[in-house]
Amino acid sequence: MNTIFYIAAATALLSSILAITNRNAIHALLYLIISLLSISVIFYILGAHLIAALEVIVYAGAIMVLFIFVVMMLNIGMEEESEKKWLTPGMWIVPAILASVLLVIFIYVLKAFEYEQAATEIIGPKQVGVSLFTTYLLAVEIAGILLMAGIVGGYHLGKQKKKVMHRFMVKDGERK
Amino acid sequence: MYIRTEEDEIMVTISMEIQILFAALLFLIGLIGFLVRRNIIFMLMSIEIMLNSAALVFVIAGAHWLQADGQVMFIFILTVSAAEVSVGLALILQMYHHFKTLDADALRKLRDSRENEDIPQ
Repeated sequence: MNTIFYIAAATALLSSILAITNRNAIHALLYLIISLLSISVIFYILGAHLIAALEVIVYAGAIMVLFIFVVMMLNIGMEEESEKKWLTPGMWIVPAILASVLLVIFIYVLKAFEYEQAATEIIGPKQVGVSLFTTYLLAVEIAGILLMAGIVGGYHLGKQKKKVMHRFMVKDGERK
Repeated sequence: MYIRTEEDEIMVTISMEIQILFAALLFLIGLIGFLVRRNIIFMLMSIEIMLNSAALVFVIAGAHWLQADGQVMFIFILTVSAAEVSVGLALILQMYHHFKTLDADALRKLRDSRENEDIPQ
């Protein structure tokens, strides 16, 4: 089981790196889906079976399909010009060194404290559902309002607005 | 609650520090992607990676202390992520229709300088 965790973690990291460094949007989305699937494997190993299923259905299924539809609608070209300047080595080498120093500190802090072994018990959907609809009932209502706002906002922003022109400026073909 | 016995041989004996380290590395990748890329679709994808790694920490902690609250928080993060993606992609569509580009640096009309005049409308 530990080997599976390490393999899934390595896959998630590698595919995430490939997703953010890829120039083609569709290829990057495919890498991102691989990353989400391997994180779903990790959820399953941790005993969160409901969350593993939700990750595949909602993240890899619904949200990525939204991304792919938008990428196909926009008909994106291969690359942007300004990113070539950003991706030169002189631009990122110093922040990368600083970030790795922070990473070393983070590893040291985590090593300094003794944690117990990871959980091996399954937390089932029933437990999650009971907690969701008793303790967190108000938060569920607020999440519903948020989704409603998302629907209305997506509809309003995605709508193609007609160009408003003066009635004397209407093209000849459109006049009745 | 179903508690596994020793004979199952499917125990996870990885310490919590390594799991949190993995989530932190994933967050770092998302942050680097957000800072480096200028294509706004890739920036949104990097935000997705970051949200996902934060949710992973919640689930790891919930599995460690045997509480269902971690998974409940994951469901809320999922909701927020879905709403954010739908509004963000609608904004990207509007941006593409107005400016004919996906470069995030092209949208700098709020910048207070003389450089604004050479930007195509």
